[in-house]
Amino acid sequence: MHAKGGVADGGHHPEHGPRFAERAPDALNNPQLRRNFRRAMDGLMAKRAAQFPDPAYWAELRERGAAVKARALSKLPELLERLESNLTANGVQVHWAETTDEANAIVLDILQRAGARTVIKGKSMVSEEMHLNAHLERHGIEAVESDLGEYIIQLAGETPSHIVMPCIHKNKDEISDLFAEKIPGLGRTGDVDELTAAARRVLRDRFASADAGISGVNFAVAETGTLVLIENEGNGRLSTTLPPLHIAVTGIEKVVETLDDVVPLLALLPRSATGQPITTYVNMISGPRKPGEKDGPTAVHLVLLDAGRSRVYQDVELADTLRCIRCAACMNHCPVYTRVGGHTYNAIYPGPIGKILTPQLQGLDAAGDQPHASTLCNACAEVCPVKIPIPDLLVRLRREAVRPTEETATHLPVVKDGGAERSRMESLVWAGWRLVYTRPLLYRMVTRALAWGGNWVPASAPLMRDWTRARAKPRFKPRTLHDLARERGYLNEVPK
Amino acid sequence: MSAREAILGRLKAAPARPGPPLPSWTPPTYPDKTARFRQMAEASHAEIHDVTAADWPARLATILGNRGVRSLMVAPGTARGDALMRAAADGVPLPPLVAYDRAVEELKDALVHQVDAGLTGTLGGIAETGTLILWPTAQEPRLLSLLPPLHIAVLEEDTLHDTLAAAVRDGGWAAGMPTNALLISGPSKTSDIEQTLAYGVHGPKELIILLVKKEGE
Amino acid sequence: MTAATSSPATPAPKSAPKPDPKPDRVYFFGTCLVDMLYPEAGLAGMDLLRHAGVTVIFPEGQSCCGQPARNSGYLEEAKAVARAQLDAFPGDLPIVVPSGSCAGMMKTHYPHLFEGDPDQPRAIAFAARIHELTAFLVNVLGVTLQDKGEPMTVTWHPSCHSLREMGVTDEPKALLRQLANVTLVENSRERECCGFGGTFAVRQAAVSTAMVADKLASVRDTGAGTLLSGDCGCLMNIGGHAEKVGDGTRCRHIAEFLMERCHAR
Repeated sequence: MHAKGGVADGGHHPEHGPRFAERAPDALNNPQLRRNFRRAMDGLMAKRAAQFPDPAYWAELRERGAAVKARALSKLPELLERLESNLTANGVQVHWAETTDEANAIVLDILQRAGARTVIKGKSMVSEEMHLNAHLERHGIEAVESDLGEYIIQLAGETPSHIVMPCIHKNKDEISDLFAEKIPGLGRTGDVDELTAAARRVLRDRFASADAGISGVNFAVAETGTLVLIENEGNGRLSTTLPPLHIAVTGIEKVVETLDDVVPLLALLPRSATGQPITTYVNMISGPRKPGEKDGPTAVHLVLLDAGRSRVYQDVELADTLRCIRCAACMNHCPVYTRVGGHTYNAIYPGPIGKILTPQLQGLDAAGDQPHASTLCNACAEVCPVKIPIPDLLVRLRREAVRPTEETATHLPVVKDGGAERSRMESLVWAGWRLVYTRPLLYRMVTRALAWGGNWVPASAPLMRDWTRARAKPRFKPRTLHDLARERGYLNEVPK
Repeated sequence: MSAREAILGRLKAAPARPGPPLPSWTPPTYPDKTARFRQMAEASHAEIHDVTAADWPARLATILGNRGVRSLMVAPGTARGDALMRAAADGVPLPPLVAYDRAVEELKDALVHQVDAGLTGTLGGIAETGTLILWPTAQEPRLLSLLPPLHIAVLEEDTLHDTLAAAVRDGGWAAGMPTNALLISGPSKTSDIEQTLAYGVHGPKELIILLVKKEGE
Repeated sequence: MTAATSSPATPAPKSAPKPDPKPDRVYFFGTCLVDMLYPEAGLAGMDLLRHAGVTVIFPEGQSCCGQPARNSGYLEEAKAVARAQLDAFPGDLPIVVPSGSCAGMMKTHYPHLFEGDPDQPRAIAFAARIHELTAFLVNVLGVTLQDKGEPMTVTWHPSCHSLREMGVTDEPKALLRQLANVTLVENSRERECCGFGGTFAVRQAAVSTAMVADKLASVRDTGAGTLLSGDCGCLMNIGGHAEKVGDGTRCRHIAEFLMERCHAR
């Protein structure tokens, strides 16, 4: 058996820290944090809704977007090879990394060969996944985040709490205090324009002196060998244009087949993410500076990262996860995320998409109870621009956690640490439930027994204890609907 | 085995899955592309001035004069850059022109810290989103539209497309992309602090579009 | 002048119920929660159908849609119980369910649950027969209601699955709007989940509590003394929380409310 050796039934490796349910109260009991998120999420939801006034057009557009990504995944290896060959022809050097460690080593090697000491970074969730900044720092290379939100949390020594708005958990006053403390010569100011201008001043010099720029990628176009990056601030363009060396890091699932394919995705992504019809900048990079050109990096590298994605790809149902274009609409609309914020997830990717990504990329053990941190309310699926059935995949992962599907060839569970939440007690309960609910006579006996004595179950009983902390006990009625239906003369069978 | 072979090997060994057909999608069209462009560009905080092919350098001189712009960077060897330099020579009261005529490494300080404004042409515009299309060239470098606090873009009205879909299709983009292609919609902005919009965080704080009207209008 | 966006011609693929011919006989699937905890709501649902001139059949062999097991990841157990429901409702009569959540389980998840199973065709046919009660009353039966009650104000809580799995949006409100003396006011977070989620309420008790507290607050803000819903899971959660914190809001199933207003017994 390949379950987790040595861990108690339904247990959880202590090295992964407290589970979601244990972490949540900290956030829930922080009224400032709750206000910050609620306000931000309400704003983002309203802005997104305003971008899709016509439900028919939205439906048509997202069908197209979902199909584009699904088609790309259906020929993923072929497209990656085409991407590599076209990028190479364009003068971009392509690297492949199986793990985040490998990716870090590749980036470090490129930087060291170039003699780079300082790096300016555009926003990249994959680089967060790699913990790239820490890795570079350990090797004496300073990496400075240039997206305003990323810069703020780097100054604060924190991690992003949202994949599009990394410092959304902080309000203006907190940022003002942080800047006053960290930026020499800047006093406290409540003026957002002043705070922004201060960041611009500091980062301008960093851009000018950086030896290399590192960015993520939104879409990699196989047909033309083009990296598409979207952003509003201009820091992404600066990071990829001003320093002499540009390194892009991306997951292998970001490839699309054609430039035409990018069009519907571009129409969906900013609208879904921030409620903008388009971002200020769409930056399409198809190579390094050519002879005669006056700017742009003289060398461009792309690191294609797997880090579990090819494993996700093995299961046709779970592979829908790889359609994600990282718009964050799922978290913006999630009633759980809105209340606990991103840090409660203790993972790179928070919110609904994180709840299906983390277990698959890092394992069900690391994810703990995250697949269960959802009411399956479907708010995420309703707004997903590429139609990822997140609630269905959560159910699938809940299943993998208690009854893993084995991959026949390798005899590994399809999802890492399958069976991590297995519990003999829980299995027995469901076996009993099945017995009762598939046998009408037994079901009638049990429901009648509950009608007679169910209300004697004390509020302190297991499960009931958690329920009654915030709610009254449910009341069993003396007669069931089965009884009442017969009394009222409703038929049992269709009359002949 | 290399990482490349291992990753591609795993992907190729995975169960095959049919790709769904691409469902039809009809991008919008606009009876008045200019009106739509104007509405959307202004909504993203761009300032639009209607000009003619003849009067735009003089109009620009007035606009920049009113703002107190002290230097304007242009791209020699481009139609727009050369026209402006000719106008300056003819006595149009433009601010001092700085030429982006050598590699960025030699111009860094001027570009990063000194120049007030940069002028570029455009390949076209997108009505749906109020977007400028820029394909920087050897003559017209990328950073001209990014580093100076004010970006001025000259856009010919008859190069407006309904949508990006139309621009990509009609322009045959897939046949050959430049080193860098850009879509620009408004000035640089952020809402990372409490969802409050602030302009000019890293790129230009202002974007002025000189819309060159069609002949006879 | 504002440029008009030319709208694409394709209609929205909304899963609007087909205009079925008006049936004179239907099955009623009571749901396990209603069976044991809210039988009067189930009975009211059947009575509403009977008043609309439909013969209602309540098969003795029914139990539960299987959702609790599915949502816990116990798909085989869920499928076994689902199969028992396929057996309990033979033939092709519509099956009316007084719960958007159980209806959603049967309509949207049964076909997938039975993937690779010889019973899948049966599950697909079964799924196509499922109707949420209020949608059935409005869209299929086109009922008209005569309000006989005193003036009062109510607010509505749609369950997530009635909204987002069954596509039931305006139907229950359309029924309430037919009641001359009832004023319907919307609560500010109408479309947001109440935090029930089955075992979520106990597995993630703290988050669930925060959600139900917010939901109740938005209900309280409306000033309506009564909250109506079409799902007993939500009612058990919101009503249970109201009772626990001493809030006087009455939480009731819409079927029971409609019966009381229109056909007081």
